Amino acid sequence: MDNELQTQTNAGNKIKSGGFLNSLENIFPKLVLAPTFVLALVCIYGFIFWTIWVSFTNSGLLPDYELKGIGQYIILFTREPRWWVAIRNLFIFSSLFIAICIVIGLALAIFLDQRIRAEGFFKAIYLYPMALSFIVTGTSWRWILNPSLGLERLVQQMGFADFTFRWLVEPETAIYTIVIAAAWQSTGFVFALFLAGLRGIDNSIIKAAQVDGATLPRIYWRIIIPSLRPVFLSAVIILLHLAIKSFDLVMVLTGGGPGYSTDMPATFMYTFAFNRGRLAFGAASAVIMFLAVMAIIIPYLFSELRATRNAK
Amino acid sequence: MKKLTTLVLSLLLIAGIAFGGGTKEAPTTATGGPGEVEVLHWWTSGGEAAAVAVLKQLLEDEGHTWIDFAVAGGGGDAAMTVLKSRALAGNPPAAAQVKGPEIQLWGGVLANLNDVAKANDWDNILPKVVADIMKFEGNYVAVPVNVHRINWMWVNPDVFKQAGATIPTTWDELDAAAKKIQAAGLIPIAWGGQPWQEATVFEIIVAGVGGTDFYTQTMIDADVSALKSPTMVKVFETLRMLLSYTDPGAPNRDWNLATSMVIKGEAAMQFMGDWALGEFVAAGKVPDQDFIAMTAPQTEDQFIFNIDSFIMFDVEDPANAGAQQAMARLILEPEFQEAFNVPKGSIPVRLGMSNEPYAAPQRLAMKNFVTSAKTGDLVPSMAHGMAVMPDIRGAILDVVTNFCNSNLSAEDAASQLASAVDVVK
Repeated sequence: MDNELQTQTNAGNKIKSGGFLNSLENIFPKLVLAPTFVLALVCIYGFIFWTIWVSFTNSGLLPDYELKGIGQYIILFTREPRWWVAIRNLFIFSSLFIAICIVIGLALAIFLDQRIRAEGFFKAIYLYPMALSFIVTGTSWRWILNPSLGLERLVQQMGFADFTFRWLVEPETAIYTIVIAAAWQSTGFVFALFLAGLRGIDNSIIKAAQVDGATLPRIYWRIIIPSLRPVFLSAVIILLHLAIKSFDLVMVLTGGGPGYSTDMPATFMYTFAFNRGRLAFGAASAVIMFLAVMAIIIPYLFSELRATRNAK
Repeated sequence: MKKLTTLVLSLLLIAGIAFGGGTKEAPTTATGGPGEVEVLHWWTSGGEAAAVAVLKQLLEDEGHTWIDFAVAGGGGDAAMTVLKSRALAGNPPAAAQVKGPEIQLWGGVLANLNDVAKANDWDNILPKVVADIMKFEGNYVAVPVNVHRINWMWVNPDVFKQAGATIPTTWDELDAAAKKIQAAGLIPIAWGGQPWQEATVFEIIVAGVGGTDFYTQTMIDADVSALKSPTMVKVFETLRMLLSYTDPGAPNRDWNLATSMVIKGEAAMQFMGDWALGEFVAAGKVPDQDFIAMTAPQTEDQFIFNIDSFIMFDVEDPANAGAQQAMARLILEPEFQEAFNVPKGSIPVRLGMSNEPYAAPQRLAMKNFVTSAKTGDLVPSMAHGMAVMPDIRGAILDVVTNFCNSNLSAEDAASQLASAVDVVK
């Protein structure tokens, strides 16, 4: 607030000394930024605080602001089996999803980096899934993986009568179908990141290695992939936040089922806060999600900031 | 910038006040001018969509405008979520499909419909048990549309004939018949593996196996000791038996897709409320010939009911309030009651109407509606949010769906059910 006052008085002084245009030039950027600043303050930080506050209350269908302690968190971690299912699914989903996207994305990028013919055509093929929303991806995969509509039936009709593929409808395996659908959609994006990274590598290093007699796999393993380190970092961060907030794909593909076996923290929060009128309980789970994201993002931001400071 | 902050804050405050305001008196004279009503509902499947179009037409015949706000998703979970966010934003629709105990939660921000009710004699044309649900602090704030019966079994007799099985009236007979159907290579039970559908079958079994008193203790009073009693174990054992006769494509299947399996003769029977009738009729099937609708095993005298209703939010504009009151009046007029309920499969909530235009299953339901009310066998549905608040319903649904999709034993399920309800109670 002090700063603002100072800005205003500064602006006032300039009107006296330097004329209207000068003062406008001085104040204009601040005027333009003010609405977004207020919006961010209220709609992001304000509501983060609001959610944390509500999680310590006994709010039901509508918010109630009387603080009641950590009761909701205790119930969440000790008496709600569904929460542990959601946490376990988040670990399975995010680790497999990130690993598959990176391995396949990198492999595709390396193959496409070999100056092949019709490169643009292949690029388009791998990037198209990204143009779809998760709703479309989820619906298509729901049909493909449904035993009585999709793959299983198709193969059985082709003559392999005892073929079964029931991952979607078995509670133990349903989470892997979400990995498949999500990886199918996001691999193209990771592939594009890696391809851009590969194109940015200085050719003379590779030439020098070749002159020294290094084989191609060795060049990739020892030189190229290590120099893609920043790309790995961005890919992991982007995929990880996609994984933590994954909601639409789960809703469409499995509806959280069979049972609640594919529940994720985001769908869990939504169900309890909005469908069941347990706002405080849903808020408590949202706060845990928020802390999990912070635990990953804050170290990342620190390392990034240090890097730029060092660069200066 | 300071001013801007103040402005934003005061805007937020105004929005808060607008939402927090109490029940206002309804306009004493409903002005005749054309107004508009925005109607939030979840009637989107074939038979249901046709039914809602009737109300729209009647309202438009009077010169008003109907703004359709349909949110798909059986059971209405999605629609309720949309409604809550609209209401919290201070911008609720004029009318919304809300029912059962939840009407009380909205009570404070609803319009007063006493004038329409008095002018049209609602106190006498509605059964008392229904009228009480529609009132908040003694004032009408909601309009009932229809009565659904939950405990139905939809049967394709051809499938039974093919398998040489007899149509069951008890759960034991059902077990025997389903074995034969399965042996004949057909699907005995068309199952929709969504939590609300699993809960629908569950509560039918509770009523059938446990009887009305047990249903009241568990599904309405949510009594913890009854929830883990040996009777509840038996209920879960019966549910496990039914589950062994379902097909692998069941998880996450919508109810109308399960109904179409019965219609097409792929499956022998389905447990679903009377809205399934609309699907059979829309497919051109004739009752008692192409399909049979019968009360679910061991629930002949019971009537598990689900009453759809519209709550009316307080609206400022007098023309729109007039349109809203017109909608409230039209819903209970015989013309709409008949036009709406005949195709939808439900029965009129207005008493004393002719059963002439209704299909056989509906006539049975109309008769049972009156008789079950006398014997005390008229009970609200837990699965459809008529019996308990959403948090308890959610706790029950979690345990039931977990049971349906795991190898949990019936004993463990009953004790988990009691513990889950205990947490939220």
